[in-house]
Amino acid sequence: MFDATVTPKKRFKVKGSVVVMTIYLLFLMLPIYWLVNMSLKTNTEVLNEFTLWPRNLTFDNYIKILTDPSWYSGYINSIIYVLLNTVISLSVALPAAYAFSRYHFMGDKHLFFWLLTNRMAPPAVFALPFFQLYSSVGLFDTHIAVALAHCLFNVPLAVWILEGFMRGVPKEIDETAYIDGYSFGKFFVKIFTPLIASGIGVAAFFCFMFSWVELLLSRTLTSVDAKPISAIMTRTQGAAGIDWGVLAAAGVLTIIPGALVIYFVRNYIAKGFALGRV
Amino acid sequence: MEKTVNQKAWFLILPVLLLVAFSAVIPLMTVVNYSVQDTFGNNQFFWAGLEWFEEMLQSERMWDALGRQLMFSAVILTIQVPLGVFVALNMPKSGFWSSFCLVVMSLPLLIPWNVVGTIWQIFGRVDIGLLGYTLDALGISYNYTQDTFAAWATIIVMDVWHWTSLVALLAFAGLKSIPDAYYQAAKIDQASRWAIFRYIELPKMMGVLMIAILLRFMDSFMIYTEPFVVTGGGPGNATTLLSIDLVKMALGQFDLGPAAAFSIMYYLVILLISYVFYTVMTNLDKKGG
Repeated sequence: MFDATVTPKKRFKVKGSVVVMTIYLLFLMLPIYWLVNMSLKTNTEVLNEFTLWPRNLTFDNYIKILTDPSWYSGYINSIIYVLLNTVISLSVALPAAYAFSRYHFMGDKHLFFWLLTNRMAPPAVFALPFFQLYSSVGLFDTHIAVALAHCLFNVPLAVWILEGFMRGVPKEIDETAYIDGYSFGKFFVKIFTPLIASGIGVAAFFCFMFSWVELLLSRTLTSVDAKPISAIMTRTQGAAGIDWGVLAAAGVLTIIPGALVIYFVRNYIAKGFALGRV
Repeated sequence: MEKTVNQKAWFLILPVLLLVAFSAVIPLMTVVNYSVQDTFGNNQFFWAGLEWFEEMLQSERMWDALGRQLMFSAVILTIQVPLGVFVALNMPKSGFWSSFCLVVMSLPLLIPWNVVGTIWQIFGRVDIGLLGYTLDALGISYNYTQDTFAAWATIIVMDVWHWTSLVALLAFAGLKSIPDAYYQAAKIDQASRWAIFRYIELPKMMGVLMIAILLRFMDSFMIYTEPFVVTGGGPGNATTLLSIDLVKMALGQFDLGPAAAFSIMYYLVILLISYVFYTVMTNLDKKGG
């Protein structure tokens, strides 16, 4: 009776939306294409000719980064503190998120709000005090310092995201498990964790991502030993005679972790950015 | 969900509390400490009261930075919110192309912020960038390192490129939650496309759209890395936004007192917006969104 699927009018509208989406996606891809394009050119070609695709395809820029310790150590440093941060954030956030999703206790709402304010706090405000705090306890230029500093916004993020997922698990499951004689620890590990596995995955992904993309704090807290790739990239830019090809290749390599998992997290991107509330 | 009262839950919160206290409360107290003291070096500090706050409130530098910041946030919100909703309305609802759009649109969101800056720094250069070269070839004078307007245009287009997808993805999530029955009812009523948007889609999207607007406002309000990489705050001070100015003051010039006073006022503004955000979020939770 109400065959609302195919009418001539609708088919026409679909065409309009295809045009819109094509333009928008092109707009998104062009700058990225340009970066990839540049990373595959020699510096001479970058500076002397204007070419829409590399004429002399070369992987020298990538080879240089992957063989020169002053470049690739940046990636290693970044990965170390990012992983540390993800592990710390998740291990403290899991029990807290459970408490927020299941119980009322004194000051719960205020605490939840206070956590949020830390996710929203401008890193610029914390740059100087962090620098002094970590210098005074002898942690300056270590991976753990950056990992702890990033907890400022990642722990609240993880708590909020996990709480969003946990509230979706019916409370009857907890109660049944307790009746069956499970202790809290055993219940949490054996029954609850598998139920919110996707939530943990999403939270881990976002902790990883936000720590990976951050520059200001990681640059402020490191000088040599733990210098992240993002800081290495910005410092090369100040020098005269920038090797654009290498810079572009370094940029492409930083996009890869996101690009690798993007397909699996596509339905959770909005949820993660909205702190698990969509 | 009905929650039970249980004060022991505090023990589960304790690790988070300690960790965040270490990484947030201690640094924040340092800032408060500096904001009310003056120093002549040698680690000797003197009580300065509210002097720094008065100085900052009268300083043209801060008001200028705040003005630029508000201008930046206002411009990107006016562009990103309608554009994001528009894109969301045009996205395929299901199937391969829906996933494809989601993947491509998410990509800019996951790129490190300084690389976003680098991408646009290269893209906009007249000699080697596609955008700059094309504009130059068309006879439009464009140089983001020297011309204020070009610098602003670059960082705004960059932010639109970087973050519009977030608004679109959130709006899309809102749209997908609308049951088909609503559209069928509208069809029976012969509602126009605009009426469907105005009376069905927009009200249903309002909750997530509020989140999108607040998130975009908040994140644009503390933006640092991207414009810093592209313009370094220049030409002159034209693109020196609040965070860039604050870092310059605190880590560049080591003006601890003024920088601390600045930080606290900055933080209070964020606190205020966070509260609005929190209220919207909890209302949404109650509605079961």
